[in-house]
Amino acid sequence: MTDAPRRRVAVLKGGSSLERAVSLRSAAQVEDALGVLGHEVSGIDVEADLVEQLLALQPDAVFIALHGPQGEDGTIQSLLEALGLPYTGSGPAACVRGTDKALAKHLMREAGIPTPDFHSLRQRAIRDLGAGGALPSIEQRLGFPLVVKPARGGSALGVKFASSSSELPGAMVGAFSYDGTILIERHIRGRDLAVSVLGATGDTAEGDEARPPSDRRPQALPIVEAVPREEGFYDYESRYGIGMTTFVCPAELPEEITRRACDLAIEVFELLGCHGFARVDLMVDHETAELWVLETNVIPGMTETSLLPQAADAAGIAFEELVARMLESAFTR
Amino acid sequence: MERSSTPPGRGARPTAHELARYEALFASRTRGMKSSAMREMMALTERPDVISLAGGLPDTSTFPPELFERLMADVATHTARTLQYGPTEGMAATADCIAEVMAAEGTAIDREEVIVTTGGQQVIDLVCKTLIDPGDVIVAEAPTYPGAVPSFSAYQADVEQIEMDADGMPIDALEEKLDELARQGRRPKFIYTIPNFQNPGGVTMSLARRRRLVEVARERELLVLEDNPYGLLRYEGEPLPTLHSLDAAARDGASDLVIYLGTFSKILSPGLRLGWAVAPRPVLEKLNLCKQGADLCSSSVTQMFVAAYFAEEGAWLRHVERLCDLYRARRDAMLEALTDHFPAGSAWTRPEGGLFIWATLDERIDTTDLLALARSSEGVAFVPGRAAYMDGRGASSMRLNFAGIPEPEIREGIRRIGKAISDQLSLLGSLTPGAAAAAPAERAQDPADPQLADVVSLPRRPDRGRGRRRQDR
Repeated sequence: MTDAPRRRVAVLKGGSSLERAVSLRSAAQVEDALGVLGHEVSGIDVEADLVEQLLALQPDAVFIALHGPQGEDGTIQSLLEALGLPYTGSGPAACVRGTDKALAKHLMREAGIPTPDFHSLRQRAIRDLGAGGALPSIEQRLGFPLVVKPARGGSALGVKFASSSSELPGAMVGAFSYDGTILIERHIRGRDLAVSVLGATGDTAEGDEARPPSDRRPQALPIVEAVPREEGFYDYESRYGIGMTTFVCPAELPEEITRRACDLAIEVFELLGCHGFARVDLMVDHETAELWVLETNVIPGMTETSLLPQAADAAGIAFEELVARMLESAFTR
Repeated sequence: MERSSTPPGRGARPTAHELARYEALFASRTRGMKSSAMREMMALTERPDVISLAGGLPDTSTFPPELFERLMADVATHTARTLQYGPTEGMAATADCIAEVMAAEGTAIDREEVIVTTGGQQVIDLVCKTLIDPGDVIVAEAPTYPGAVPSFSAYQADVEQIEMDADGMPIDALEEKLDELARQGRRPKFIYTIPNFQNPGGVTMSLARRRRLVEVARERELLVLEDNPYGLLRYEGEPLPTLHSLDAAARDGASDLVIYLGTFSKILSPGLRLGWAVAPRPVLEKLNLCKQGADLCSSSVTQMFVAAYFAEEGAWLRHVERLCDLYRARRDAMLEALTDHFPAGSAWTRPEGGLFIWATLDERIDTTDLLALARSSEGVAFVPGRAAYMDGRGASSMRLNFAGIPEPEIREGIRRIGKAISDQLSLLGSLTPGAAAAAPAERAQDPADPQLADVVSLPRRPDRGRGRRRQDR
């Protein structure tokens, strides 16, 4: 392990989002690792006294292990910038772009990155503009089956299939329960892939000048494939429940698809302006073998079974080393 | 051996490789046990700013603290016994208390057929452990007790659920299911039922159905697990005989097909962790062996406490009466609030006792999603109906607990849920043009007040397909 300076690190965790439990598990792992690395660690369960706590603590860096609203939508990041505290991962702009799936997909579409065809709808537009009247047109353009999901939110909650017009309104109301904006997306039948990307280290360590420029580009880690144990689950929640899915890493894919998926992930990472690390989720179409980018997660889970640690492990990067690298991202912005 | 000065475990992190190794070691039964997103959401409802109608909690604040103190002081004088292991089947004094509780429900038992357990929940686990091989069939009610689902899953049971109506499980539907299973060469290991004020359904099995269920069990030689935690918490109407007593009467002896599950949790305190089973002797012996493996015996401390409490003449029955008065008022408050705040087209049960009301909404509403909205925008929680089914049904229903919190909070909680439902319905209306406009006219033509009609019964058995939609919106 490198002899990094001992730092005072605040780990932000918990909060009141739907992903609170995941965040707490991520943070526990991260706190352990930071301790092993020799840092002085303070875990902070994020509540109304956050700023007060940070001001009292005056950490050298803030490790963000929060998921969901606030943690990954730029709120915390903007606040930490206002406080002048270095923090891990992407800045406010990339967080906003990554967390809002509608915005991310618009950006990807404009940049020519393949993402399943979609329309996004705001709940306000339904009330104020009669946007419900656009549904037949949307159905016609995208065709069934459709996937309906909240624009923001990382868990499987609120994500539903609609296989006909009659199922669409219910699915939409479900998704609107989690966010004021939803996506209606063409359903891709294929394999679920996740590509974790680590940002260029950007450090000025000895010998850095000698490194080829390619080293200063983001690095895609081995691909993780999520394989459902059985087909035919009745909803996303069961499908992605712990124990319902096995993860294969590195995914067994033709070399060309692996390379293309990694290239796409890095392209998306750069397009959204991510910093430090991110996880890009893709699908490879069963029939055409086309790759489609679904979304980007700027604060990937760090629990023992999360995908980023698995991918790092497959790349020979131990958990502590991964956490050390993530922490360094606070100082290389 | 030298001891390390640093605590073990910390810092020794499992890598993904190692986790994959353990994954291969996990028993196949753990695959069915999952930590769901819904459960994680439920964990969030325990925040102080949320009114929770989700718990299965009785109100323990009613137990007089000075009595508790006196009884514990009494228990403390018997140090040697209190702090010692007890027999696996439980202390004789506890069996006496159990006999007294069951006598209050008109059920005579042989004390030798009792096993004291660590809560009623352990009975469910031990019965499964005793009877269920992977793939064995259990017939349960639909909806069923959400807390039984993890036990059934852990033993890899194949659970067949019979949709209930206002009189509990329809026995003709049960017989159809048994015939269907018989044609496949299968028979259930047991039938699981909560006949009184069912959790979560809130309905009570009628006397005729109880009699018929016992007949069917006798005709076909099937075991019945009668789960009766709330029988004494009756707020109106006549108490009905237990299946255990009906089976005993039918046989003119001791029941030999009903495994009875009782608990002190709802009539005294869930913190005691004391329940019991009354079972036919051969089953009892196996339950005893399984319990030895599970925990040797239930707490001597709490058994002694119960014995001391029951030694106070009539005290426990007076406590139950107090609970009934308290919960009756809370149930009435919730029923009234439901009428005031839930939109037309909603239906709910009107329980004669117990802790729960089961409400069913417009079938397009998914109560798991509704919970997310209700929690975040209204600060209120309930149990989504899917938790009570093994197969994803129940999506438009919810379980509401009226026993755990005071009336003003019950009213406010129901008002908030009603608001969230109305918001979702109005959004649905604007997404399905035509339906919204047609609804009022249709409602006006209906001679009966649909709300009243809905209150008295559970909705009909839903179609498996989505063909026949409710037209009341």
